[in-house]
Amino acid sequence: MSQTVEAAPAPAPSSEPSGRVRAGLASRLMARPEIGALVAAIIIFIFFLSLAPSFRSAESFFTVLYQASVIGIVAVGVGLLMIGGEFDLSAGVIVYTAGLSASMFCWYFGVNLWIGAILSLVFCLAIGFLNGYLVMRTGIPSFLITLGTFFVLQGANLGVTKLVTGTVSSTDVSNIDGFDSLGKIFASSFKIGSVTVWTSVLWWILFVALAAWTLQRTKVGNWIFAVGGNPDSARAVGVPVVRTKIGLFMAVSFLGWFVGMHQLFRFNTLQAGGGVGNEFLYIIAAVVGGTLLTGGFGNAVGVAIGAFIFGMTSLGIIYAGWDPNWFKAFLGVMLLLAVLVNLYVKKMSTTRKVG
Amino acid sequence: MTARTRTFRIFAAGAAVVLAAAACSSGGREKTDDTASGGGNAAGSSGYTIAFITHETPGDTFWDKVKNGANQAAKDTGVTLKYSNDPEAPKQAVLIQNAVDSKVSGIATTLVTPDALAGSVKAATDAGIPVVGFNSGLDQYQKLGALMYFGSDETLAGTTAGKRLADQGAKHPLCVIQQTGSVALEARCAGVKTSVPGTENIQVNGADDAAVTSTLQAKLAQDKSIDAIVTLGAPQALDAIKAKEQAGSEAKLVTFDLNEQAATEIKNGNIVFSIDQQPYVQGYMAVTSLYLNIKNGNDIGGGKPVLTGPSFVDSENIDKIIPFTKNNTR
Repeated sequence: MSQTVEAAPAPAPSSEPSGRVRAGLASRLMARPEIGALVAAIIIFIFFLSLAPSFRSAESFFTVLYQASVIGIVAVGVGLLMIGGEFDLSAGVIVYTAGLSASMFCWYFGVNLWIGAILSLVFCLAIGFLNGYLVMRTGIPSFLITLGTFFVLQGANLGVTKLVTGTVSSTDVSNIDGFDSLGKIFASSFKIGSVTVWTSVLWWILFVALAAWTLQRTKVGNWIFAVGGNPDSARAVGVPVVRTKIGLFMAVSFLGWFVGMHQLFRFNTLQAGGGVGNEFLYIIAAVVGGTLLTGGFGNAVGVAIGAFIFGMTSLGIIYAGWDPNWFKAFLGVMLLLAVLVNLYVKKMSTTRKVG
Repeated sequence: MTARTRTFRIFAAGAAVVLAAAACSSGGREKTDDTASGGGNAAGSSGYTIAFITHETPGDTFWDKVKNGANQAAKDTGVTLKYSNDPEAPKQAVLIQNAVDSKVSGIATTLVTPDALAGSVKAATDAGIPVVGFNSGLDQYQKLGALMYFGSDETLAGTTAGKRLADQGAKHPLCVIQQTGSVALEARCAGVKTSVPGTENIQVNGADDAAVTSTLQAKLAQDKSIDAIVTLGAPQALDAIKAKEQAGSEAKLVTFDLNEQAATEIKNGNIVFSIDQQPYVQGYMAVTSLYLNIKNGNDIGGGKPVLTGPSFVDSENIDKIIPFTKNNTR
């Protein structure tokens, strides 16, 4: 492999783009962000297929997909945001903020859940906007700004829930008007043969496709890569850096809201302290999927594969009947490997650009 | 700032629309007179200040009930209650030290990590402040110098639950631990295992219902011989019901602790029984016993711990208990 890398800069430096065309299929594939994740996913899949008998069924596969989808939906947004060069640590908690605010509003005022869901969406988008606005306005790293929002939301989730309901979990919303229709959209399932397919899986696929299309085929996609790669030169060539980045923060909070609605309509009540720690799972999914922490590199399919790997390992360990206490250790090893692969891929892609 | 103002405006507008519509929807809050206050003396009328310290991780419904009990006791006895909590042992030790420094009349604390808290508890007893243990620390409270103890014996609770399961023919229960590294939760599962040797533990992420459900669903699919599920918290019991449906499992479900929904599921027969350690009583008794001790020199329990559990809730007594779960006191 290293020989291919060295071979690339050999042709006449910066004269003709034909050098790029001539690069072999293998090296072109290697430079794609998701390839490391794809290889890892296939290896892990075969690994569990051979070791865990109960993993080998369509039902299990769709349970894995479900597990991947609840992480993967938000992870797509987080991935885009990271390509755009920013972080969002409030993404895990906002899921619960969304569900709690919708359910408590409707319960307290006795109104239809549709109103609560829409207000909660507005609220989440406002939080996303605020995150983005503060980052852009102050120039403080998004890591710090969203760490702040993370704590604010975590505390507010608990404090407001306690004030409104008198406990630290939201009340059961399954008897409130609008539950059935919203439940159909956000948290229903249907059967194909013996397999249960959750709509969240379909939504996930849709969001991934939408994100992939945006990144690869639209102007906005180019802007995202540009602001993540080098915001100053992006601004210099006329990319609306501020709008793009704020939009990305709002996309994350929109997807957080979406999963929040799923959680609410699937579980009827939410614990006010939930969601903490999931922000790292989203980031892990994005990084395992080939997104660079420094921004400017990655793609949506890679992030989806990252989330799939997460779902597969978290449940695969159980299907194999192993002690799940080891899961986090396994996840950490995966993350380290992914980062190493990414480093290698990044070196490769940058050398090719020079050549 | 502008963003905030804008958000606020959107909200105000939204709220106005909603209130104008004011479409009465069923299933919402039961509109009762919120201003009605419970009886009891005005806070602080007895002049005592009691520090009430726990290892609560914010957001756990269980601690809500402990706090409700403590608050009610403070109201009933006219004590000023100072609540503080931290899940990390060193920080909890600092909280106890803070209480000592501010010269409170008495300290009620959980003793979940006895070794880490021993120093602070000793500082309290050295300063002549009575200390009462509750919830955890059954084996060590006397050694640390606490006067009384109110709590459940987790191992006993586990063994009793296991015995009841064994009587119903369970051979291979799954014990669901929702928090890593918790001694109390491990003790419950160990207790179940002494009664039913085939017990298997599983670790789940209690902060994420979707993860709990799919993990349990995967486990039930992997091992069809699981004939009982023991969850250690009420929210996880509700997730387990969903997982059972998905996996088509017929396993009997029992749970530790209660909440309103879990109580309803006991009534519906989806949960066979709940092992309640009566958190409300723990909070209530910890404060009341300190009050009695300071005011009247009493001690409760005859030098032995006072057990608040295991108390069983099943189809026999559920009708009586459901209203209390709605008050968030059971």
